[in-house]
Amino acid sequence: MTTTTHTLSVLVENKPGVLTRVAGLFARRGFNIESLAVGPTEHPEVSRITILVRVEGTILEQVTKQLNKLVNVLKIVELEEKQAVQRELLLVKVRADETNRRDVLQVVELFKAKVADVGPEAVTVELTGRPDKLEAMLKMLEPYGIREMVQSGMVALGRGSRSMTQAALRSVDRSA
Amino acid sequence: MTEVAITGAQALVRSLEQVGADVVFGIPGGAILPAYDPLYDSTKVRHILVRHEQGAGHAAEGYAQASGKVGVCMATSGPGATNLVTPIADAYMDSVPIVAITGQVGRSFIGTDAFQEADISGITLPITKHNFLVQSADDIPRAIAEAFHLASTGRPGPVLVDLPKDVLQESTVFAWPPRLDLPGYRPVTRPPGKQIREAARLIAGARRPVLYVGGGVLKARATAELRQLAELTGIPVVTTLMARGAFPDSHPQHLGMPGMHGSVSAVTALQKADLLIALGTRFDDRVTGKLDTFAPHAAIIHADIDPAEIGKNRVADVPIVGDVREVLLELVPAMEAEFDADHRADLTGWWRQIDQWRETYPLGYEEPPDGTLAPQYVIERLGKIAGPETIFAAGVGQHQMWAAQFIGYENPYTWLNSGGAGTMGYAVPAAMGAKVACPDKLVWAIDGDGCFQMTNQELATCAIEGIPIKVAVINNGNLGMVRQWQTLFYSERYSQTDLGTHKHRIPDFVKLADALGCVGLRCETKADVDATIEKAMAINDQPVVVDFTVGKDAMVWPMVAAGASNDDIEAARDIRPVYEGDE
Repeated sequence: MTTTTHTLSVLVENKPGVLTRVAGLFARRGFNIESLAVGPTEHPEVSRITILVRVEGTILEQVTKQLNKLVNVLKIVELEEKQAVQRELLLVKVRADETNRRDVLQVVELFKAKVADVGPEAVTVELTGRPDKLEAMLKMLEPYGIREMVQSGMVALGRGSRSMTQAALRSVDRSA
Repeated sequence: MTEVAITGAQALVRSLEQVGADVVFGIPGGAILPAYDPLYDSTKVRHILVRHEQGAGHAAEGYAQASGKVGVCMATSGPGATNLVTPIADAYMDSVPIVAITGQVGRSFIGTDAFQEADISGITLPITKHNFLVQSADDIPRAIAEAFHLASTGRPGPVLVDLPKDVLQESTVFAWPPRLDLPGYRPVTRPPGKQIREAARLIAGARRPVLYVGGGVLKARATAELRQLAELTGIPVVTTLMARGAFPDSHPQHLGMPGMHGSVSAVTALQKADLLIALGTRFDDRVTGKLDTFAPHAAIIHADIDPAEIGKNRVADVPIVGDVREVLLELVPAMEAEFDADHRADLTGWWRQIDQWRETYPLGYEEPPDGTLAPQYVIERLGKIAGPETIFAAGVGQHQMWAAQFIGYENPYTWLNSGGAGTMGYAVPAAMGAKVACPDKLVWAIDGDGCFQMTNQELATCAIEGIPIKVAVINNGNLGMVRQWQTLFYSERYSQTDLGTHKHRIPDFVKLADALGCVGLRCETKADVDATIEKAMAINDQPVVVDFTVGKDAMVWPMVAAGASNDDIEAARDIRPVYEGDE
C-alpha cells in the first residue's frame, strides 16, 4: 500500500460549526490531516477548506465519499500537484544581530522572501511558496538560530480558467 | 394569508403539525417547557409521556420502522438530551428516520456551563445524519422541514434539532411551507443505465449467484420488486438481520439469514458464490466474518443509495448508486432482455448443492438435557401462534438471534431490532412505538431478562396510555449471549453474567408486571407454553408480560466465531459442515 499526500479542496456552506464537522469526520474515521486552511471565497455564503491528507488511493475515495455525505459540504475536488498552484505562508523569527544580520538578509533575498519585522536581536522573515521552498529557506536560516516560527496550512487553486466555485454554485442553483 | 405573530414554540408545534408528525414521544423539562405549552392545545400532535428519554428515542424508532414514517422524540436540555444519545446512535447505525427535538439553555447562557446545559449538537455530531442548533425563532419552520426531509430521504437516519429556550419564547411570524436551504444535499436515487446493463449481463451469466439482501430493501419499500427479480431469475436469496421480512421465509428460494448466526446454507452459499447481488446492504463484519476470506470467488454487484457504502469494506465490480427500488425496477426489464436474448446460465447444479446443504444442516436446536424449558421452543411457538401479521421487536442477545432464526417472517416491517448498535433495552420501547404506529396489529416484544431490566419502565407508559403490547421475557437468569461466549471462549468462567433472576427471583417479573399495570404470567414448562401464549393473546385491554423461565445453557447455533472466517462456521458446537469436494 503506497500512501501519498493528496490535496483536497472542499467548498462548504459558510455556517457555524462546519469546520468542526469536517475536522471531526477525519478524526472519527481515522484519517490524518497533514495541513488544513479555511477561508472565505468570492461568494460570501461559501467557504473553502484546503486539506492535505496522507492516505492510499482507496482510502482517499472513502474520505471524499464520507465528506460528501456532510450536508454542509457543497463540492470536493482533488487538486493534482501539477495542475494546481499551491502556496503556504511562513513567518520565522531568526536571531540576527550586527554580526550576522547581513548574512540572514542575504538568505532572505535569495529566496525572494520579505522582512516583516526587525529588532536589534532578531528579524522576522515572511515567505510564501510551495512547501519545499519554505523548507529550503528554513534549512538555510537554521544555523543562525530560529527563535520561533509559524506556518499556515496550504492553500491551492486549480490552474487555468476553470472555477470550481462557479461550477459548484451552478449545480446548487439547478438543484434548488 | 394573514400573518400573525406567534412564539417560536407555537411555530414548532405548527411545523410539526404541517409535516404530519402525529405522535411525539417525550418528557418535558426546563428548557423545552415553552414547547409543551402550545403542545397541550394541539389536536393533531399526540404527545406520549414516557418514563425515560431513551424510551422516547427507541419508541420513535419502533414507530418509524413499523410505519415507514418519521418518528419523533422530544427531551429537555442536558441530561434529557444526553439520554437520547443511545437511541440516536442506534438509529444512525440502522438508518432509521427519526427527528429528535431537544431544548437548550437560552442563547446567552450557551457555553457558560449553565444549569442543565450540554452541547448536544456537538455530542451527536458523529451519530446524526445532520443536526441543527436553531439561533432564531424565524428559522424554526425551516429547521423542522429540513430535519424531516433529511431524516426520510436518501439513506434515512436521525436528525436532531436543538432549540434554545429563548428562541422558543421569541416572537416570530409563521409561514408554511418554508424554503428548504440544503444546497449540499442531493441524494442520487436514479441508477445509471450503463451499470444496470452491466449488472444484468453478469447476473445472466453467473452460475452460482446469490441475492444478498439488506435492510435498504425495506427502507426503499422494494420488497415486491425484490420478489419479482428473485422469481424471474430463480436466484437464491439471503436476508440479513436488518432485512428479515423483506422476502418471505416460506419462499423456496429463501436460504435464511447470513452471518455470525446465520443458517449454514445462507453462509455457505455466499462463500461458494460466483456472484453476489448486494442490495441495500453494507458488508457488515457480522455478515462477512473475516473480511478477506468472505465470498472469495464472487464478483460483486453492489447497489446502495449511500455511495460511501460501496467499496467501503469490499470492492464492487459493478457499483450502482441509487434507490434500491429504482434499481430493481430497472433491473427486472434488463434481465428480461438478457433472457430473451437466450443469455441465461443454468442454475440447476447450484440449487442441487444448496438443497443438499439445506437438507444436511437445517436450523434446529436440542432439548436441554437438564429438562429445562428450551428458549428456542418458546420463540418458535410464539411465532407460530401469533402468526405472520404480528410485529416482533427484539432486544439484543441470544433471544434476538433465536427470534431472527425460529420465527418465520412472511411480511415486511414485522421484525424490528437493534442490528448495528446492538442496543440492549431496545425491545419494550420499540414495541410501544410500533403499537402506536399500528394500533390494529398485534405487537410482541421478545426480550431477555437482562435487556428487560434496562427499559421495562415504559410498560407504565403503555399501561397508562393504552398501548397494549405483549412482552415475552426469555428469562434464563443470565446475560445469555455473554455467558455463551464465556462458555466457548473463556473456559466457562462466568464472570458477572448471572443476574440472579432465577436464583433469587429478583425481580419477580410477574409482580413487576403487576406493579406496572400489566398482566403478569409465568411459564416454566414445555407443556404450558402454548396455553400461556394463548392466554396472553386473549388479553387486549392491557399490556401483558410473560416470564418464560428457560434454561441457562442453551446456545445460539450455527456460529461463526468473532474474527473467524465464514468457512469455519459451526452448525452446532464442534460440528463443522463438510462440503462436497472438500478434503
